[in-house]
Amino acid sequence: MKRLSKQSRANFLTYGGVILVYVLLQLYNSQVGLSSMIQGLLIPICAYVTMALALNLVVGVSGELSLGHAGFMSVGAFSGTAAAIALQEVIPAAPLRLAVAMVIGAAFAALAGFVIGIPVLRLNGDYLAIVTLAFGEIIKSILNNLYVGFDARGFHFSFLADTVSDRLAEGGKLLIGGPMGISRIPIISTFTAGVVLVLVSLVIIFNLVNSRAGRAIMAARDNRIAAESVGINVTKYKMIAFVISAALAGAAGSLYTMSLSTIVANKFDFNTSILILVFVVLGGMGNMWGAILSATFLTLLPELLRTFNLDQYRMLVYAVVLIIVMIVTNNPLLQRTAEDLAERFHRKKPAQAGEGGQSHE
Amino acid sequence: MKKYLALLLALAMVFALAACANNGGNSTPSEAPSEAPVETPSEAPSEAPVETPSEAPAENPAEGATAAFKLGGTGPLTGPAAIYGTAARNGAQIAVDEINALGGIQFELNYQDDTHDAEKAVTAYNTLKDWGMQLSLGSVTSKPCEATAAKNFEDRIFALTPSASSTAVTEGKDNVFQMCFMDPNQGSASAQYIFDQGLASKVAVIWKNDDVYSKGIRDTFVSKAAELGLEVVSETTFADGNDSDFNVQLTEAKNAGADLVFLPMYYTPASLILSQADTMGYAPKWFGVDGMDGILTLEGFDTALAEGVMLLTPFNADAEDAKTQAFVEKYQAQYGEVPNQFAADAYDCVYAYAQALEAAGATPDMSAADLCDAMIAQFTSMTFDGLTGESMTWGADGAVTKAPKGMVIQDGAYVGM
Amino acid sequence: MTFLSYLIQGISLGSIYAIIALGYTMVYGIAKMLNFAHGDVIMVGGYMCFFATSGLRDRFADGSVAQAVIPNLAGLLLAMFVCTLLGITIERLAYKPLRQAPSLAVLITAIGVSYFLQNGAQVLWSSNPKICSSIIGKGVLSLGQLSISHVILLTVVVCVVIMLALTWFTGNTRMGKAMRACSEDKAAAQLMGINVNATISMTFAIGSALAAIAGVLFTSAYPTLQPTTGALPGIKAFTAAVFGGIGSIPGAMLGGILLGVIETFAKGYISTQVSDAIVFAVLIVILLVKPAGLLGKQVAEKV
Repeated sequence: MKRLSKQSRANFLTYGGVILVYVLLQLYNSQVGLSSMIQGLLIPICAYVTMALALNLVVGVSGELSLGHAGFMSVGAFSGTAAAIALQEVIPAAPLRLAVAMVIGAAFAALAGFVIGIPVLRLNGDYLAIVTLAFGEIIKSILNNLYVGFDARGFHFSFLADTVSDRLAEGGKLLIGGPMGISRIPIISTFTAGVVLVLVSLVIIFNLVNSRAGRAIMAARDNRIAAESVGINVTKYKMIAFVISAALAGAAGSLYTMSLSTIVANKFDFNTSILILVFVVLGGMGNMWGAILSATFLTLLPELLRTFNLDQYRMLVYAVVLIIVMIVTNNPLLQRTAEDLAERFHRKKPAQAGEGGQSHE
Repeated sequence: MKKYLALLLALAMVFALAACANNGGNSTPSEAPSEAPVETPSEAPSEAPVETPSEAPAENPAEGATAAFKLGGTGPLTGPAAIYGTAARNGAQIAVDEINALGGIQFELNYQDDTHDAEKAVTAYNTLKDWGMQLSLGSVTSKPCEATAAKNFEDRIFALTPSASSTAVTEGKDNVFQMCFMDPNQGSASAQYIFDQGLASKVAVIWKNDDVYSKGIRDTFVSKAAELGLEVVSETTFADGNDSDFNVQLTEAKNAGADLVFLPMYYTPASLILSQADTMGYAPKWFGVDGMDGILTLEGFDTALAEGVMLLTPFNADAEDAKTQAFVEKYQAQYGEVPNQFAADAYDCVYAYAQALEAAGATPDMSAADLCDAMIAQFTSMTFDGLTGESMTWGADGAVTKAPKGMVIQDGAYVGM
Repeated sequence: MTFLSYLIQGISLGSIYAIIALGYTMVYGIAKMLNFAHGDVIMVGGYMCFFATSGLRDRFADGSVAQAVIPNLAGLLLAMFVCTLLGITIERLAYKPLRQAPSLAVLITAIGVSYFLQNGAQVLWSSNPKICSSIIGKGVLSLGQLSISHVILLTVVVCVVIMLALTWFTGNTRMGKAMRACSEDKAAAQLMGINVNATISMTFAIGSALAAIAGVLFTSAYPTLQPTTGALPGIKAFTAAVFGGIGSIPGAMLGGILLGVIETFAKGYISTQVSDAIVFAVLIVILLVKPAGLLGKQVAEKV
């Protein structure tokens, strides 16, 4: 009982922290003014934070290494953005249209997550990782060859070759142009919408983790065979985590794309999947606060390095920082010292659930 | 452990945010990157192109000598597309050094890395905006430029992109102009040229499936070819990650009996296609577009492979005229490489700006929005001679009109066709 | 005829994947880590060979035997030497401190190393592509209408030789046996008096030397060299290693060649636009039928 209340207290601290940062940033912006660079980064950061939270649900909580999460992001990005452009006349209010687009993006991504989850979750370990990577590449390849148009008669699709443009009626628009992606996207994403998305993701994830299903997921992560032996339907619970994660990634994708005026499928390649995995691992697997902070920090880092005129050395420095951070945070001596310190602060500290993710192979 | 790491990260972030916010609130010139103005050109100013507009009497020499126009651009300086971004930056830098040395209009150049990514390009653009950019060189590559052009339009900062060629870059934006050809023009011009010269009856096209540039040219080429009655017998693609092995594409073209292969792509994959075709013993006619320029200067490339390759290009580093030669020499001296068309385009952009600013009597203390209006008026009315074309003009849609030169490679050098 | 020439092209592409995959599999088998920087070591090998050959070629008389042999041999040896050194250094500096860390932390570090090598190469050698000359010239073997280039023949032969040598090495030598022991159980191996750290270093040395050979062959067959040259063959080879059963030496070879052949057929007979998607779809189907890859050992899970 005491443990539970402690858990929810920590959760409310997280919500509070996010809201506090939001309020502070807004205040600071209205009083002093943020630089355009930071302002421009706010929405992408929210999208990456949501992605990191979503992937953390799969990697940290559920214990499956996914190397293709950018694929779900792209499904959400393309479906959500195409919907937003198509609905431009139907829903004139931009915030409502954005919300609808994010829901549509999430729904499509969840569907993709379900379809992909059926084969993927039968595997485990590195084999699961490579299959998610494969699916990520397949999604990219499909989107690179997909043409979608919209006119008064509805949607038109074609694959491999663009036959849509010819079939469009007067006033119709080519929404997705194969390798050209989507151009001239109306910018309707806002920082507020981003923060709302982060909060919604946190609510969903915390409620899932603290529910019966969440405990089943973590039990299956820590020992699949033991979990199965007590009658937990492992595949079902892992599927729940996977689909929710895909849906959140899809919503993040919609948010991200509608903050830029153009998008191509190639943006969501293996490197983006890896980037998000880096956020999760650096933040500590299963640790939501850590994911938020590391996503923010690692998105800002290469941009802040611009100020030092490093020029072509910029990404070199980024790589070195990444390696050093990984080595330092995993240094056994340092970890022990930190644990000693923690013990001195509050004696008898129960082991955090978040640390459990470390056992992942 | 994680908590302390988290705390550390949080502290670092708060610090960074605060530092950045301050610097954005009131950006002072002293914080501007110092890279640009320090480098002095190694060559004497007299070597500068003869037709440069700066030789015209300066209308306001006093202001011009003390303050500089802040010129910003984004491009891929790292990552797989870094060749294009670094070339453009270097080309622009040479032009800026030359113009500054003349003592008239002064420029301060700041190039930011966008790693060929729309999101990074917007961040890079915002960094430049914080720096106080007055005139923009847009972005070097098409997709990132679509994103920054939208910002340019919103912020009323004039943009002249050296090489972002897709139509979506300029469409619907009155203050975004291009120095390069628009993709569709190149495709139809190539088809027209092949047809007019009777070069082939059966054509194969190999294009890059995930590249806006390649796709744009391919689309208009194929539709123009159909219109003219050129038969496209084989059409194959490649993509990032699939861009080293072309045996299948070449076998298909060979089996289809194509006697000319059209290559709407950059020179790196084109060099691989030529060498693999040679290994296969397949020798059709080759036809390229402006992205093909640079193939002869690839380090280690056997130029015999490119013998007989035809291309439409606005610039070639082997040209005989004094302007091009002076540029190439200077570029080689400073960067140790032969410049490609991206460098030449960026070089021209800076000179076009100089000419337009001169004609408009603009001063560096003008706001970006005022400069924007002046530049729109100038660019739609002026004629500009540069490395990449004579008497270029711009339409109100931002597209440039210049005559592409048909070139053929003979004995390792370009020869006009 | 088209079928045969596609098959030969596929096998040649596949042999290169196979050599890279052998390096991946060696390191994975012993260190239990996905060395994402492997592809970038290949790139370094390619650059080393390029510098040696282009620097030495002019010092010999044109057309002489010395000119045909010495620069290429020197290029190969320099590439192997530098890559081996690089592999050991990377292992020492970046991976060794993480021996006790969770495997994902090591994976991220490997990605950091990969970024480092790519950006370092860009700083040192610029992003302008360099064109390598083939190490064995441009000869073609003609069999009727079929033509097979010497590079392809060499690649296939080298690939088979390396596979056999590695199989012999791990099966018969002291060091090889130590490697197998480490891959089974590091703690137990240590108790048996095996120097686990030295064994892992040795594995990285061998893996990196293989990467150097792969780099030289890759740039001979596909002569454009850029700082990012290694990244994509690296991912493809990783896929190939999983295909064949990661950790298995004949598996890596089989996986690599199959991947090359499937990719070529998909391009030739279906569509060049979706060939990658087809390759990955086949991979998924195979993993669903044989979850440990074609030749991988299915390890029973202990309760």
